[in-house]
Amino acid sequence: MIRYFHSVRLDEEKCKGCTNCIKRCPMEAIRVHDGKATIMEERCIDCGECIRSCPNHAKFAITDALEKLNDYKYKIALPAPSFFGQFKNQEHIEDILHSFLKLGFDEVFEVALAAEIIGFIVHKQLMADKVKKPLLSSACPAVLRLIQIKFPELLKQCAPVLTPMEVAARLAKEEAVKKTGISYEEIGAFFISPCPAKVTEMKYPMSTKHSAVNGVIGANLIYRDVIKQISKLNGKNKQTNLQKATNLGMAWGFVTGESKNIDFGRALAVSGIHNVISLLEEIERGELQDVDFLELQACTGGCIGGPLNVTNLFVGRVRLRDLIKRFGSKTPYFDEKTLYEICGQGNFEASEPFEPRFLMPLDEDVAQALIKMERLDRITSDLPGLDCGACGSPSCRALAEDVIRGLAFETDCVIKLREKVKTLAEEILDLARIVPPVMSDNPKNK
Amino acid sequence: MSQDNLRFITPHIKLEFKIDEKDFFIAGESASRVKKTLQQVGLPQDIIKKVAIIIYEAAMNVSIHGNHGMLRIYIDPEAILIETEDKGAGIPDIELAMQEGYSTASYEVREMGFGAGMGLPNIKQCSDELHIDSKVDVGTTLLAKVYLNKKHSLGNRG
Repeated sequence: MIRYFHSVRLDEEKCKGCTNCIKRCPMEAIRVHDGKATIMEERCIDCGECIRSCPNHAKFAITDALEKLNDYKYKIALPAPSFFGQFKNQEHIEDILHSFLKLGFDEVFEVALAAEIIGFIVHKQLMADKVKKPLLSSACPAVLRLIQIKFPELLKQCAPVLTPMEVAARLAKEEAVKKTGISYEEIGAFFISPCPAKVTEMKYPMSTKHSAVNGVIGANLIYRDVIKQISKLNGKNKQTNLQKATNLGMAWGFVTGESKNIDFGRALAVSGIHNVISLLEEIERGELQDVDFLELQACTGGCIGGPLNVTNLFVGRVRLRDLIKRFGSKTPYFDEKTLYEICGQGNFEASEPFEPRFLMPLDEDVAQALIKMERLDRITSDLPGLDCGACGSPSCRALAEDVIRGLAFETDCVIKLREKVKTLAEEILDLARIVPPVMSDNPKNK
Repeated sequence: MSQDNLRFITPHIKLEFKIDEKDFFIAGESASRVKKTLQQVGLPQDIIKKVAIIIYEAAMNVSIHGNHGMLRIYIDPEAILIETEDKGAGIPDIELAMQEGYSTASYEVREMGFGAGMGLPNIKQCSDELHIDSKVDVGTTLLAKVYLNKKHSLGNRG
């Protein structure tokens, strides 16, 4: 079996074996066995729904610690647009950016600026009419992995571009090489991330062979440090001029921002993994032909709703909007001529095709698989249909599938077990009533 | 291909859905249920896509025109048969109904974004064999077959 890397992990100590996560997982990728949750690697898309739904905080994302900065001579921070919506006191964008320099980074490069470049490229792709419409956004790594498994037919409709995170890392590193003369390998680019899927994207990118990103630091990890630095600045920061991204790039932090930036024909923006799934089902049937571009975000509200962000998504969205309104810039850092130059040789387009990921069928042989499916249907109809999850599988049908795959037993179902105990008890009672032949049940004989 | 010939399929799996009048959700639900089943069986993506479209469009037709009816899907190692049966308005002219854009859907249904007259043409495009039996004011039976093996879909089955 192929091993898959995943950034979403389980803390066994904290897991109580409850069934909250198994019910929320859109991929039915979690089972609870022996009192602990386990993630089925081949199905997980690192969307982080389980991190959000675990009441015991047993699910977490493996992100990098700040110590990893020490591995590099020159360090660049790449904050995600949504990061700027995390702060209470409406700190100036410039101050937030500046605080990274105080935290040990030598440079800070906004991913929002890279997002604008992707917006420009996707706009051009749509204009050139070479892509199948509706064109699907490939910016959210969790959605891209969802399509890879559940909707492989739609992969050819996904925008063949790098992620904004990747573009940011490449641009920032190239710039740093020019500026400092330090070699490319000695420069470390660290993405400040709202989500675990970006960690997976860095380790095993889908649109390129190797990622230029060297580390992913969770927004939750660095949040406090940034706040401390900002309060030290005390609004006296006048020296820096770090902000390069415009309102358009910053708005990628919440849903609709991306489609507004791409600004082509009719766009539809969807957020929340379950909403994304139902929309993709329509697209797969060939519906919505009149839509040009589909923005798809796994997290409700877009990246601002990412599981590693600290602020409530609705609050965060308002803050980010306000921030853009107050301090946003409308003058693009790159003019159109420069944009044409840097994107010229297909620089930031996907160098690898998006490949499907097939889940293990019930059997390699179709005829055998059908026989197993028939059994699966029969077991399902025998089960109570409560979908309670007490067996450790997310639904009765999923339990039936696990039984067929040899991963569970029908009696894992508490209702089934009760029935069985009842029948057994009745049998025992029947046996107990049988009088041995040498005895008589006539009371006179006693 | 006669209707009896089409129907003759040794079912390994049979899936059944009841379609109520104006139930516009069951089409999507049944299509994604069947899609999941076929993915677990391990069938190729293009076949799954075709079957999902047929199910969706055929079930939609029943809920728009057919009052109410049944949707049945039979799956065996050679082919997938999709059957809908309804007791609705019936189709007066099947040839005409097969034309793209021809629609008799009500204004109300069109307002909801359905009834664009692409249903039957879509079904035809996705199925290897198609048979429609319809009587005005009595009802319609639709049988659509998709072969799992490309050889069969060329129509030279012994």
